[in-house]
Formats: sequence, C-alpha cells, structure tokens
Amino acid sequence: MPDTLLFAMEAAANGLTAGVMYALVALGFVLIFKASGIFNFSQGVMALFAALTLVGLQSGQIPFAHLINAIFGTRLHYFGFTLPTLAAIAGTVVVMIVFAWLVERYIFRHLVNQEPIILFMATIGLAYFLEGLGDLMWGAEVKRLDVGIPQGMSLAVDETTFNWFGYGFYMDTLELWAALIAAILVGALVVFSQYTKQGRALRAVADDHQAALSVGISLRFIWVLVWSLAGIVALVAGMMWGAKSGVQFSLSLIALKALPVLILGGFTSIPGAIVGGLIIGVGEKLFDFFMGPLIGGATENWFAYMLALVFLLFRPQGLFGEKIIERV
Amino acid sequence: MLDTQPDEGYTTADGRKIGGVAMEMKNITLRFGGVVAIKDISFDIRWGEVRAIIGPNGAGKSSMLNVISGFYNPQEGEVIYKGYRRPRMRPYQVARTGIARTFQNIALFEGMSVLDNIMTGRLNHMKANIFQQAMWWGKAQKEEEENREKVEKVIDFLEIQHIRKTPVARLPYGLKKRVELARALAAEPSILLLDEPMAGMNVEEKEDMCRFILDVNDEFGTTIVLIEHDMGVVMDLSDRVVVMDYGKKIGDGTPDEVRNNEEVIKAYLGVTDD
Repeated sequence: MPDTLLFAMEAAANGLTAGVMYALVALGFVLIFKASGIFNFSQGVMALFAALTLVGLQSGQIPFAHLINAIFGTRLHYFGFTLPTLAAIAGTVVVMIVFAWLVERYIFRHLVNQEPIILFMATIGLAYFLEGLGDLMWGAEVKRLDVGIPQGMSLAVDETTFNWFGYGFYMDTLELWAALIAAILVGALVVFSQYTKQGRALRAVADDHQAALSVGISLRFIWVLVWSLAGIVALVAGMMWGAKSGVQFSLSLIALKALPVLILGGFTSIPGAIVGGLIIGVGEKLFDFFMGPLIGGATENWFAYMLALVFLLFRPQGLFGEKIIERV
Repeated sequence: MLDTQPDEGYTTADGRKIGGVAMEMKNITLRFGGVVAIKDISFDIRWGEVRAIIGPNGAGKSSMLNVISGFYNPQEGEVIYKGYRRPRMRPYQVARTGIARTFQNIALFEGMSVLDNIMTGRLNHMKANIFQQAMWWGKAQKEEEENREKVEKVIDFLEIQHIRKTPVARLPYGLKKRVELARALAAEPSILLLDEPMAGMNVEEKEDMCRFILDVNDEFGTTIVLIEHDMGVVMDLSDRVVVMDYGKKIGDGTPDEVRNNEEVIKAYLGVTDD
C-alpha cells in the first residue's frame, strides 16, 4: 500500500475521534435549541464550569476559598480529603442539574415569549456570569484533571495497524476513550429523544409551546430537563478536553468549534450533529494532510469555518435540519 | 363534598343520553389590564352534550374557552369540574384532567408526521418509566401497543390513513384541522374544546367536519364545547348554545330558544332601538 494512503488513513482515523468530540459539544447546543429555540452561547462555559467543579470536588477544594480568605483573613484552601473520580462525577452531575433548575427559575421563566435575540443575549450574560462564578468558586489557575484514563500513544492500535499494513498508526489512548464515551452518550441521547415519552415531549415543545401545553406537557419540566442534559453533555466534553489539555479558560472556546458542526448538521438534528462532527473532524485532518503543505499548513484553524460558509450559501438548513418550507 | 347536586340528565330527540352537569362556570370575570374580556358569566356543560358558544367578533368566546382549558385564569369566579371547585391550574395540568382542545389558528407540531402528532396526544397515557421506554422493556411494550391501537382507531375514524406519514407542514389547511382534532381525540378526553373548528374551510370541508364532530359525540360519548361563527352550523350541531356579546352572556338555551331571543337577534343583526 502506498505510504500516502496510509498516512491519509491515519489522519482520517484521528479525525474521527476528534469528530466525535466536536459532535459531543454540538449536541449540547442542539438539545437546548431544539426544545426552546435558544441558541445557548454559554454552552462552552458550561463545559468549563463542569470541569472546574469536577476537579474541585475530586481534589477536595473548598468552594469560594479565595473569597472566604479575603474577607476573613483565613488561609483555607482544601478540605483535606479527596473524592474518588466516580463520586466527583456524580457530584458534578448534581451541580449541573441544580444549575439547570436555577437557570429556568431565575432567567428563562421571566423571558417566556420573548424574541430569540433576547434569549440569546440572556445566554451571553449567563456565559459571563458562569465564567466569573467558576473562577470565584474554584480559582482561576490552570488545573490538571486526571479521571483515570491513560494518556499517550495507544499501543494496541499501533500494533494492530502494523500487523495489517506494516505501518503503525499513531492514536492517543485518551482520544480513543473520549470517542468511545462520547459515542455511548450520543447513542443514549438518540434513544432518549426518539423512543421515550420525555423525548417525544421534548420534540413537541420544540415545535409548538401552545400545542404542547394542550396535550399536557409541562414546559418548565422539559426546559429543566434539557438544560440538565446539556449540562451533563458539557460535563463529559469538559472532562475529556480538560483531561487532554488541562482545565483552563480556553476550554470554553471549544464551543466555537461546535458552530461549523451545527451549520453542517442543522441546529435541530441530533443525527446531524453527529454526522456534522465527523465530517468536520475527518475533513479538517484530511484537508490539512493533502492541502496543508501546499498552502503553508495550519489549515485546521479555519477549514471548518470555510466549510460552514459553503454550506450556508448552498444549504442553509444544514444536512439534516428541518426543511425550510414556505407556503405562500 | 360535592359543590353541585348531581341530576340525572335527559334524553334528546334523536335518542342520545345527556348526563348531569360536567362543568359549571360560576360568575367568571376575566380582565386584561383595564379591558374586561368576560363579564360575570355563568353557565354549565352537561356530560355528553354538544355545547356551543357563539357571538360576534371580539365577544370573548375564545377567552372563555381559554378559561376552561386553563390558558387564562379568571380574576373572579370559579370553575366547578366533576363536582369539585377547580384550583388555579396551569394549562398542562388542566389537560391532564381530561380536557383536550384545538386552536383557532391550528397549533400542530409542524416538524412531525401526522402519526407522531397524534401520538403526542397519548403522552398522558404513558406510565412506563424512562428506562423501560428506552429499553423497550416491561410495561413500556404493552403500553405502546395499546397506544398504537387507540391512535389507529382515531386515524381510521377521521379518515386520515392516506396522510399518516406525511409531515404536517405539507398538509392543506382543512386536513391540518382534522389532524388537530385527531390529536385531541387521541387523548380520550372527557371534554373536548373546539375553537372554531370550521373557520376558513370550504363548504365540503365544513360538512365533513360537522359529520366528524357529531360522530365523535355519538360514538365516544365525548362532551364537546365548540366556538363557531357560522350560525347555521351551530344550530344544526349543538344541543345548547351560549350567546356572548361584548363579554356578556346575552342568551343561553336550545338552538330554537336562542334563535328567538330578542337580544341575540339584535346582537347579530344590529337592530336599533327606536
């Protein structure tokens, strides 16, 4: 087999794992957008906040320690015990559900029937608030997150591919795990939205509030539910990216990577988010592999956005978004 | 303790059984800011009857229906349902007490197919928990079969088999109205509220709709409250009629009684006092 093909295959395989992660971040957006028509600008910060909380709980940090120390002159930082990873994850899930409830109770309940742009602005405010809250609660320094997933080159992949092709692919173990976990989560979400009563209710609310009410669906319950789900998705995304490159502010910028995915897949389609994520992941790696050397490299930074732009021109509803039908 | 005394009801000329009082509206007043939409109106709805609310534009008919379905909460007065005073409820809670409705300007789930739309009407009849549903296991399986069966019956009844897979957004207006009725029926409501079910339809569609409404009432024994502009339709369909004008009740009785009521004639024909 020619080397170029092998290298391209390696790039594509790495693109797939990256793509699953993009899909995961995009899913958080899709969930909320489907159910409430809100484009949640704070999704990325939610991932950051979830990761910070996870690290904090895991390492037994005292929340608001800096604030307490500044006011009372104490020198508190840690409780002095650490939590096992699973307990910390469970604790973070609880925090994200409480967060979802608070968001519904104190923000969106008061903005019912407002224009989408107003709701969007509210989520921008929420993003900044949450960013500040995260810093205040857990401190602003870069943190290491270890959830027990091994890092570094995956020997299994290296060996298998070497036996097949005579060339070992380089793939990061962490990324493989991340892709696997993301795939499970995505599968669970698809089953949830397609086959359960709550999923049907969610789709109903997304479509028409009045009609949903008239068949006995509680809008508030559904909103708390989707924000909780989005919070859990954010936690998984934050956990994986955090484990890879540390928990720090730049984590919240992964949300930007989700935008092209959304434009490709459509804002309202869960399968769309998955396929969109994979296309972008594989596309940017392959594009960089083939075209990068010709135009000076670093194409991964902009390829996704360019692809999104092309889609906006020719298929604004995305690959799987609901058809824009206009009856005259 | 029951707030109203049950009575036995009666049998209509065409042999349908009309039961006791299902719902009683007592001195309902509804205001929006300074505007009084409904002014001290009382009337009752009996089990099994077709009850119409008519009146000129802006008379407060739709507001009345919204009070019954919990979309509006009146400032004064009370709603007695199944013998008990109904506390302040949200619309979805009212829906769960067995009151289904359609809307004047069609509220369907446009992105879903006809079948999915009608299935949402069954949501309150699904009791299996989320894991059973996701795993298609235990209670969920049997329940789904039951629900499917009920939905098929409704689809059959309203003669919409041919569009069952069609996305609702593609349907013409008349069929959309019918799908909305199907969704409401799928909930197996005790009381069915229809907000102008025939608005904007052509003569043929109107006749179909009339037939469906009568059949629903006849076969399922569903109590129906409907709002309609078309006087001819109302008089043919309903057992009793409430007439509203400027938020007040100006007539209440059988179609014949209402037709000969002077105030009603005045409101509709605009007779001047002289």
